[in-house]
Amino acid sequence: MTVSGVAGARPGALAVAPERRAAKRKAQWRRRRMVLLMMSPWIVGFTVFFGYPLIANAYLSFTHYDLLSSPRWIGTRNYDFMFSGDKQIWPAVKNTLWFIAIAVPLQVIFAFGVAQIVARARSGVGFFRTVFYLPTLAPPVAATLAFVFLFNPATGPVNTILSKIGIEGPLWFQSPSWSKPSLTLLALWGVGNAMIIFLAAILDVPKHLHESAELDGAGWFNRMRYVTLPSISPVILFSVVIGVIQGLQYFDQAYVASTVAAPGAAGNAADSSINLGYPEGSTLMYPVLLYQQGFRYFNMGYAAAMSIMLLLVSLVVTLLIVRNSNRWVHAAGGVK
Amino acid sequence: MATAVPVSRPLVRREVPREIRRRRFLVAVAEHSVLIGLAIAFLAPFVFIVLTSVMTDHQSLSTNLWPQPAKFSNYSQVFKDAPLLTYAGNTFLYATLATVGMLISSVPVAYALACMRWRGRNVVFGLVLVSMMLPPQVTVVPQYVMWSKLHLIGTIWPLVLPNWFGDAFSIFLLRQFFLTIPRDYADAARVDGLGEFRIMASVMTRLARPALVAVALFSFLYAWNDFFGPLLYTGENQGHWTLSVGLAQFRHLHSVQWNLTMAATLLFMAPVIALFFAAQKKFVEGVNLTGVKG
Repeated sequence: MTVSGVAGARPGALAVAPERRAAKRKAQWRRRRMVLLMMSPWIVGFTVFFGYPLIANAYLSFTHYDLLSSPRWIGTRNYDFMFSGDKQIWPAVKNTLWFIAIAVPLQVIFAFGVAQIVARARSGVGFFRTVFYLPTLAPPVAATLAFVFLFNPATGPVNTILSKIGIEGPLWFQSPSWSKPSLTLLALWGVGNAMIIFLAAILDVPKHLHESAELDGAGWFNRMRYVTLPSISPVILFSVVIGVIQGLQYFDQAYVASTVAAPGAAGNAADSSINLGYPEGSTLMYPVLLYQQGFRYFNMGYAAAMSIMLLLVSLVVTLLIVRNSNRWVHAAGGVK
Repeated sequence: MATAVPVSRPLVRREVPREIRRRRFLVAVAEHSVLIGLAIAFLAPFVFIVLTSVMTDHQSLSTNLWPQPAKFSNYSQVFKDAPLLTYAGNTFLYATLATVGMLISSVPVAYALACMRWRGRNVVFGLVLVSMMLPPQVTVVPQYVMWSKLHLIGTIWPLVLPNWFGDAFSIFLLRQFFLTIPRDYADAARVDGLGEFRIMASVMTRLARPALVAVALFSFLYAWNDFFGPLLYTGENQGHWTLSVGLAQFRHLHSVQWNLTMAATLLFMAPVIALFFAAQKKFVEGVNLTGVKG
């Protein structure tokens, strides 16, 4: 039997003849070369598109840079402006936090709820799964356009139907206090991915656990509390992490909703980004502001400083969630 | 064992008390009504998009919900209003080139991470995870500077080329799948004298076909739907716009006609939805692959 390149010395390995050792070393060297060759696309890509930009970003954040003239070192002035001076950044931070604190938990709960009901359906599981997954596929730009239309106060079907049953609908995307809830509804429509993952996890919970719990006299609530939730806790963690990460980079929907819903949007073809954050900055998310500063105003140094802050927050948030998870994620459910 | 107790009497199914049966029935009815209500709510946006897309201009400015008469010429009108075919071509090119490059570059990386042993493997995998989790905005400024120095702003190349150097999400997904394939297959091939490259190319890719299909679908879909990237890199050059960028501008360029906007929106959604119905099982398998349980 040939010993394939398994790492670690075996008993008697010292006794092999020198020529065999040389051959082994040669084989090992060839294996290393093979690994290096296979990893090479990633090594290049990671260095050029991730490692280097991270370092360059740190440098640029201390400069004034408009892409036309070379970067000029200005010390911490970008950060000074960020913490005292920029009137837009705190509303943007608050908007993004609002979205993470409200829309993301709602999404997870809603996905779980829908999955739970679909899992209990006697028939048509496949059909309902398709129906709830379909909106996820709609391109974000298309979905947002559709929602701005559906919820437009003048002719939109939602307010038309609401008025038929005697309710005067709000201004949705055109009201500063309703614009984020409207975006939340849009996010709930696209909950399919999380729903499918929850559904698979719920269907995976061993039946005998439910049965023995039922025999012990556990009601619906206790079975949920002591059987379902612990079994699927890795999936809950997964979707919370994904939700928070997506919340931090939430851009497409906020950009499209604000530029399309703004009155006089038509005719502003030259620069639609003038309406970013409409109405009254209520949809100006952190990434939207970053885009505006970096690629509309070409304050590249300031945008770099903003992305450094985003990097720090993302790292902290991800670590916090993953660190604390072992307290409540059921070990036997997976995640090693 | 020999002492297995013989069943002495036929098992009679215990009669469920009427009270409990009735309650179960009512619960089932309630659950199904919620389910059907939700399904209607999820489908309603699609229905209203379709209805509005065939309304006349006048009607789309009213609160009527039903198109009367249906004006199907809206669909040809949107092609006259905006160069949708050019946008679609750009989008298709971006999605295809990105997907092909992603497959060629990511499969070997995932294979090396899952099926070969080497020092530093876990560290590298950790770096893949980190680059997957962090928001793209974290590196976007220097990347933009880089592409502008290469004079590639205004083309789709800044969107395509990174995919040719391994995509973190695809590497992650493929690695997870490779790990589920028993080591015996690769070992048997090694005994037969196959090199690692041949094992990857002819044994593992064949066994991992569902994962490859899923990863390719996700990559294509991501590119098709992508908005931030195309807006950033092609925004100034209308000839290279993708459908996402073109549609986001559609309403600005062509007044407030919701009927035409909805027709264009539907045309943009249609290929994706068709793709979904053609490969529905692959999609669901793929999504479940992301929700790793091991």
